[in-house]
Amino acid sequence: MTAHLESGTHEVIPARGGLDQNWRKLLRYGGLLALVLVFVSLIGMPVKLDSRIVVEPYISMGYLSLLWLPALLGYTVSAEKVLEGMASHARGAHELVAGAIVGLVGGAGLALLIWGLDTRDLSDPLVNWGDNLLGLLTFNETVGYGMLVWLGISTGLGLLGGLLHLLPRTATRAVLTALLAVFLVSALESALDDISEGFRLEWLFEWLFEARGGLTPKGAIAVAVVAAGYVVFGRSRAKAVRQRYDAMPTVERTRANAALLVLAGVAVVVLPMFLGKLTNELLANVGLFLLLALGLNIVVGLAGILDLGYVAFFAVGGYTTAILTSPQSPGLSPELPWLVALVVVIGMATLAGLFIGAPVIRMRGDYLAIVTLGFGEIIRLTVRSDWASGLTGGAQGITGIPGAGIFGVAEVRGIDPQAVFYLVAFFCAVAIYVSWRLERSRLGRAWMAVREDESVAEAMGINTVNVKLMAFVVGAILASFSGAIFAAKVGSVFESSFKILVSIVILVVVIVGGMGRIAGVIAGAVVLIGVLGGPNQPGLLAEFSEFKLLIYGALLVWMMLKRPEGLIPNVRRSRELHQEEFLQDAWLRGQVDADEEGNTTGGATA
Amino acid sequence: MSGERLLTIDSLSVTFGGLDALKNLDFHVDEGEIVSVIGPNGAGKTTFFNMISGMVAPTAGDIVFRGESLLGFDPNQVTARGIARTFQNVRLFANMTILENVMVAQHCRTKQGVFGALFNTPGFRREEEEIRAHAEKVLGFFGTRLIGYRLHQPASVLSYANRRRLEIARAMATKPTIILLDEPVAGMNPKESEELTGLIGKLRSEWGFTIVMIEHDMNVVRDVSDRVVVLDHGETIAQGSFEEVSTDPEVIEAYLGRPVEGAS
Repeated sequence: MTAHLESGTHEVIPARGGLDQNWRKLLRYGGLLALVLVFVSLIGMPVKLDSRIVVEPYISMGYLSLLWLPALLGYTVSAEKVLEGMASHARGAHELVAGAIVGLVGGAGLALLIWGLDTRDLSDPLVNWGDNLLGLLTFNETVGYGMLVWLGISTGLGLLGGLLHLLPRTATRAVLTALLAVFLVSALESALDDISEGFRLEWLFEWLFEARGGLTPKGAIAVAVVAAGYVVFGRSRAKAVRQRYDAMPTVERTRANAALLVLAGVAVVVLPMFLGKLTNELLANVGLFLLLALGLNIVVGLAGILDLGYVAFFAVGGYTTAILTSPQSPGLSPELPWLVALVVVIGMATLAGLFIGAPVIRMRGDYLAIVTLGFGEIIRLTVRSDWASGLTGGAQGITGIPGAGIFGVAEVRGIDPQAVFYLVAFFCAVAIYVSWRLERSRLGRAWMAVREDESVAEAMGINTVNVKLMAFVVGAILASFSGAIFAAKVGSVFESSFKILVSIVILVVVIVGGMGRIAGVIAGAVVLIGVLGGPNQPGLLAEFSEFKLLIYGALLVWMMLKRPEGLIPNVRRSRELHQEEFLQDAWLRGQVDADEEGNTTGGATA
Repeated sequence: MSGERLLTIDSLSVTFGGLDALKNLDFHVDEGEIVSVIGPNGAGKTTFFNMISGMVAPTAGDIVFRGESLLGFDPNQVTARGIARTFQNVRLFANMTILENVMVAQHCRTKQGVFGALFNTPGFRREEEEIRAHAEKVLGFFGTRLIGYRLHQPASVLSYANRRRLEIARAMATKPTIILLDEPVAGMNPKESEELTGLIGKLRSEWGFTIVMIEHDMNVVRDVSDRVVVLDHGETIAQGSFEEVSTDPEVIEAYLGRPVEGAS
């Protein structure tokens, strides 16, 4: 069970008895489970998602939104950190009982809800309180039946969660991966449909999925087996490859990186040709937000300036393009070609960056965040105001923006998402190159120093005001590119597209992905925008769009607690966040120099 | 030893609220001198440094460096003119590598910007080479402690003594004329401080820096100082060679207190 701990310092003491429990903790977890189950039911997730089938005819996503919770909490209630050198209990009946009790308490909460639904009417404040929910929870049977079944299901799932502790690690991982794979494959049904057409794999798709939607039972089993098989047989091989990569000397690794980069580039160019309209549209949206996130990553990740009004620069790019290119722009209407407008956009973004940055940059930390938040809204409200509506169209916005003509070679517009994607991908590549070069330059080092300790950076001769302004302007220009493409893609701009929520979503992308690391930002954009969807853009899980912000929030909280450095972290940042563990590891490897070292090599400096 | 007058401080005062942190302080440093500033805790020594380096603005008086008043300058402008400093409570960029800590300190001596970085111009590459070479040269001053595999380790893994050394290296990297050392040997063991005392001498003899140092360790002060300035309650109470100062009754009183009247 403790195969991951080779050292002999780890001591296992006999399992605790089944009734030797920390009852207070069980009640706390059970209560939490009950609350979450009731909450999820009342926000309407089960009813809304019931039409979406995961495995036909057994389970729908609506039921799934409730079912995973008892198992999760049944597992976490007895999860404990196994520390090297510390004694830990062997696993046994103790874990099973704990899981079952948590499940039972949670199930009781749900049973109470069923009883309440049946006897009271609270549909006034709680819009989802009603017969739909009751019918779903009682399986259209009697109330008593529903209550009993949920007690049983919840207890059983809690027990299963506890059971995971008793399985060997590989088995646990295989089970979880298989379940996750089944869920993901079924959730991505529409995207897979789209992709399979491009690759002439309709036969596989039809075998996996029912015509009405949902995986077929045999399809689900196949997916589960493949996923579990990967964990059992493929994972160790993947790990070996990874280790070999880590062990490579610098030159070879650079070469491997270059090869991977070329491969990724080819994939970006070739893949969209095989993908359908839907997937390309999705990729284009991911690209737009990725471009924004890469820009914000320079401002927040590298220079450490928490900018909550980043959407302002997106708006500047969008509106400048709209005014300059659209024949229907109300005031000024030069009808410039897109590329010419883009040059003006760069200028405007620089001006906006300086204009907003100059007063803001002298502040630090929280103060700066609040002021940028204000400026973000000021730009949007100015655009909407009567005063500016002669130029910006006020709340009516500007419509009729022509597509982006690229040297007469191509005309990029919204109806052709593949072209939009290529355009966005080009600018993302530019942004990645810019981030990569700047990070390793004099300016990048200065940004890092400012982020670490602004006063010391200044005392070391860095003009912090200039350096921070520079970060602001580079970030502004990248955001304005995104805005310019957005305007050409959508064909119209309205102030409502530039709400504060956009700033927040971009920041979440950067934080969840991994602040200060380009690969992290890409991962964040793909996961959040691609899978869940942007503020106004649908993602792969279009059904979840109503609950998108809830999931964003939950994800962010979970990330902050469990993995504050992001999905693919920047080495420096994770060091910062796990300073103590890092130092301890370094000490174990003998890399920290001890203070005594000065004595032993006393005269070496001569 | 001493050459041209570098830094002149003329009746400098600073008040925090009602507290006179410094009162009518006169001070000067000549080129090539090593001057120690000593005094009991709270005498205003660090405030004095903060004022020279532009982190605190004086209420009255003037600071003249090479004929130019430093009043109203930001810390980075002061550093650019050739006054670098270290901090009493070591303040490294803990998550940057040792090499980066020293490279970033050359910011005000270099000038490549966004354009050079983006297009990897020959000028950019040359400057990066120079920055790196200078960084390694500066780090090499401390023997093998800060170079080799250490170059790419974060500053946070360094031992206390090595952090102090890296602080000095970082100040050296700004290519200053004067280095202000704020308690360079605080917290070091006798052997380490003895070694660092030697290095402070070399900072002058090999690198040509002029040094103003705050220090509590009297052995270090005695060994390296050309001149000692004693501060107490924000005022200069004595000035001169170590021997002169250490026998000055006012200095002894500041450190040890006045004998009780009548107690024999």
